[in-house]
Amino acid sequence: MGMLSYFANPARFMRLSNWLAPVFYTASAVLIVYGVWQGLWAVPKDEVQGGDIMRVMFIHVPGAYISMAAYGAMAVSAFIWYVWRHELADVAAKSIAPLGAGWTIICLSTGSIWGKPTFNTWWQWGDARMMSVLFLLFLYLGYMALRAAMDTRQKAARASAILAMVGILNLPLIKFSVDIFSSTLHQGASVITMEGPKMSAVYLWPLGLSALGHTFLFGAMVMTLMRAEIRTRRAGALRAQHLAGS
Amino acid sequence: MNARPVLSAFRQALQEAWAGGAGIFLPATFFAGAAVLVPLGVGVDNALLRSIGPGILWVALALSSLVTMERLFQADLEDGALDLWLQTDLPISAYAAAKTLAHWCVAGLPLALMTPVLGILLQIEPAKLPMFAAGYAIGGIAFFFWGGVGAALSASVRRGGLLIALIALPFFFPTAIFGARALQAGTATSPEALYLIASALFSLSVAPFAMGAALRLAAD
Repeated sequence: MGMLSYFANPARFMRLSNWLAPVFYTASAVLIVYGVWQGLWAVPKDEVQGGDIMRVMFIHVPGAYISMAAYGAMAVSAFIWYVWRHELADVAAKSIAPLGAGWTIICLSTGSIWGKPTFNTWWQWGDARMMSVLFLLFLYLGYMALRAAMDTRQKAARASAILAMVGILNLPLIKFSVDIFSSTLHQGASVITMEGPKMSAVYLWPLGLSALGHTFLFGAMVMTLMRAEIRTRRAGALRAQHLAGS
Repeated sequence: MNARPVLSAFRQALQEAWAGGAGIFLPATFFAGAAVLVPLGVGVDNALLRSIGPGILWVALALSSLVTMERLFQADLEDGALDLWLQTDLPISAYAAAKTLAHWCVAGLPLALMTPVLGILLQIEPAKLPMFAAGYAIGGIAFFFWGGVGAALSASVRRGGLLIALIALPFFFPTAIFGARALQAGTATSPEALYLIASALFSLSVAPFAMGAALRLAAD
């Protein structure tokens, strides 16, 4: 718990993110450019996966991974805020939501582009993975709409924290319900499996580095939004002080 | 725990449904209207209607449960009854569950009982209709309890109807999937039917606590 309180200090966060965010942006630029270069020009195309179109994987797979990881991070932040009322956790949850939704849209759109030539359809109802990701997008949208509808910050934080926690409880059920559709289109897991990666190393390395790059970009953008939110709150407090005449 | 406050909350919610409007007739008419609109929209081919009829009724049921949800806790919040409930010994989640269950009795169960009639209109085989009605009743419990979470979270929001829909819809998805598959399987003991029941039980076990937390927030 000591570590939690240590990082809950907004001033400490502002000092830390002041240099950490640019480092993350730089690292993400290097890694994503490397991943895209490898994906588009360097690696050989895989005919089983639809030929040249499989190169979209280097954006699609990181998008899928960030969209899910972001929801988990948002729910954990909501939980930390709900239990310990560290304001920074609420700032984090609020900042994660639109970014998570953005990466979910990246995952869905690149998946459609990949699916059209490979599966001969933009969208397949009944495919477990496509539907889980779509539901995830709705969870993000509901979360953001609820926050926007509340008239005070405290209420927005409390209501959205409840929703995020119920949402994460429901995720296994959603996953299970779409799984019994017994999907045939989307391939199964090929990076993280019990037997280790099934993908050949020539794809695995650029993909892993690209995913790492997206992680850095996500982290950096969360920090940027959090800094903006903290400054907005600070400005509001200063204006209130000014109006009160003190 | 004393059961009387729970019963009293349940009775109060039943009375409110009749006092505040047309009771069961409004949701029932909306449900029938939504179900009848679909043949007009997709065409009147009997074979097509027979294959999509059960699904139409699921969608109409989900929509009906959403449109009636807005006032579930709002009236109690506005006239101060919620504050009084919070001062009793009764856990607020028990009150929320009683209210939602009463609301289901008024606006959910009658719709399920109507489905045999609508099902005949939609060309569903008459022999399957009683089992289908049971499926709609059980699925309705899940819809109403997740909708209740949305209603409790947006109780203090003016015109929160659309917000409730956006919040609750992702929670409807598993029940809608299990429900549609249970009706396809067609027997009451199929795994899909048991999943449908399980998803309703899951909503019964999780949603009251979320509603309770949300109502405490709304009353602040």
